Amino acid sequence: MAQVKAKMPRKKASPRQKKDWIAAYIFIAPVTLGLLVFYIWPFIQNIWFSFNDVNKFNMSTFVGLENYKELMGDKEVWRALGTTLKYVIVTVPVGIFLSTFLAALLNAKIRGKSIYRTLYFLPSVTMSAAVAMVWKWMYNEKMGILNSAIKSMGGTGHNWLTDSHTALYMIMVVGLWMTVGYNMIILLAGMQGISKTYYEAAAIDGAGAVTQFFKITVPMLTPTVFFVMITSIISGFQVFDTVYMMIGKTNPAYESTQTVVMLFYRAAFDYGYKGYAAAISILIFAIIMFVTVLQMIGQKKWVNYD
Amino acid sequence: MKGKFSTKHLIVHLILLAGVAVVVFPFLWMIFTSFKTTGEAMKIPPTVFPEKFVTDAYKTIVTSAIPFGKVYANTIISTVVTTLVQIVFCSMAGYAFARIEFPFKNAIFVLVLSVLMVPGQIFLLPQYQIVQKLGLLDTIPALFLPNLFSAFGTFLLRQFFMSLPKELEEAAIVDGCGRFRIFGQIMLPLVKPGIVAMSIFTIKFAWNDFMWPLIVNTSMEKMTLGPALSTLQGQYTTEYPMQMAGAVLAVLPLVVMFFLFQKQFIEGVAQSGIKG
Repeated sequence: MAQVKAKMPRKKASPRQKKDWIAAYIFIAPVTLGLLVFYIWPFIQNIWFSFNDVNKFNMSTFVGLENYKELMGDKEVWRALGTTLKYVIVTVPVGIFLSTFLAALLNAKIRGKSIYRTLYFLPSVTMSAAVAMVWKWMYNEKMGILNSAIKSMGGTGHNWLTDSHTALYMIMVVGLWMTVGYNMIILLAGMQGISKTYYEAAAIDGAGAVTQFFKITVPMLTPTVFFVMITSIISGFQVFDTVYMMIGKTNPAYESTQTVVMLFYRAAFDYGYKGYAAAISILIFAIIMFVTVLQMIGQKKWVNYD
Repeated sequence: MKGKFSTKHLIVHLILLAGVAVVVFPFLWMIFTSFKTTGEAMKIPPTVFPEKFVTDAYKTIVTSAIPFGKVYANTIISTVVTTLVQIVFCSMAGYAFARIEFPFKNAIFVLVLSVLMVPGQIFLLPQYQIVQKLGLLDTIPALFLPNLFSAFGTFLLRQFFMSLPKELEEAAIVDGCGRFRIFGQIMLPLVKPGIVAMSIFTIKFAWNDFMWPLIVNTSMEKMTLGPALSTLQGQYTTEYPMQMAGAVLAVLPLVVMFFLFQKQFIEGVAQSGIKG
């Protein structure tokens, strides 16, 4: 970056350079102006909103930190945070374990590798709203295939999505179903990027497949695992579509499955508490930033960059 | 030795096949249910294959309270417009950021990248207000307006332009060729793989988008598939074949596209991990 700056002419630019500048500004104008109007300015505006009481007619009154104070004392917010955290704490490790495990199996010399890869990837191209509907139908208490499978094996059925103890876990299953194959592809690419010479050297020393996996694959794969972890945490904190589709407003498990983005959506567009909703969105942003920074610091202890 | 190896492979295949069963079953269940009669779908215990194979669900969904054909067309329009405009805008900006020196380049680029670090909810309320002020709430353009500008696409294509050798342009510059011709005739054709990768991400995102259309549009005539499925589920609570037919139709285009462009899909995703 410093180099680029040094190259910038302090004196008069040549006509050729001037022409280049004009061309460059024309090239970047649509994206830059679009991002300014639809993203960067809204970001600033949203911060402003969070210090205001904005009513349905977009009339706002400055209230200072009032929204944030209310946020701190709002049980619903804490509960939603807890629910979201639970979602992240369960789905991220389980997801990484499953996708690494599958990637390791596919990294071996086996037949039909590309067919497996294709099939595992398939759920990640599907629409989450549609997928949620399908799983809701499979979870159905009386007519769902899950309960009838359990019953046929001698168990008793359960109303999975209305029980506040199970509903969130059922949603997690759907989330994992949609993302494991996707992350597996990323991890598999990471594994394939590890030089063969390490394995050859280890084999000469008499290390078996399992030893090789833990002593070579795992440490060499940590940068990729780190990437998958960060992206999974960020998307986990923002889970919305599946919850919205699977848990109706009258569902007894509604409160126990309400994630922070769900709460934001309700505050903003169901109740029209826009200032408060803006404060919630800032909170989500702050938490994601905080966790990401923690990860960035923590990675030094376990991620290998060579 | 040989025998040991094949049992090992057998175990690996068994585990992988169990995984495949979990992945594929919901698809099969969705398809089977969509071809059942409503009565059969609610049978206890359920049948796996449809006893009577009917296409009623698909016929009723088009004539239901949800204007399904319209919703489908809206989703296609929104996805196509978003993708085409992004290809044009992002390749232009990506080229300039990668290949031309100009004042404030780094500052502007950092500004573009900053958009990527922020979760989408932060922009939603003001974006909604902008669309409202433009008088575009509950219209087709509202579906794609903010999505036309992509920081991610710009960044991705910049990386592709950066990887091209400098000599390519230098000769053309010496010959007095203008930047616009260099971009259109020399550079753009060379980043085709980048454009394909970006398009895949964009199509996937635009087609499956849920919260934004749910917020800006209210009438079903102007809705896209995601929120329309939610309404379908709400209005036809027990019409499971119809719900599943809706789900089949909603996932079909991308599944077909994925099978046609598997290599590009998988490579695009694999690279996102390596480059990141």
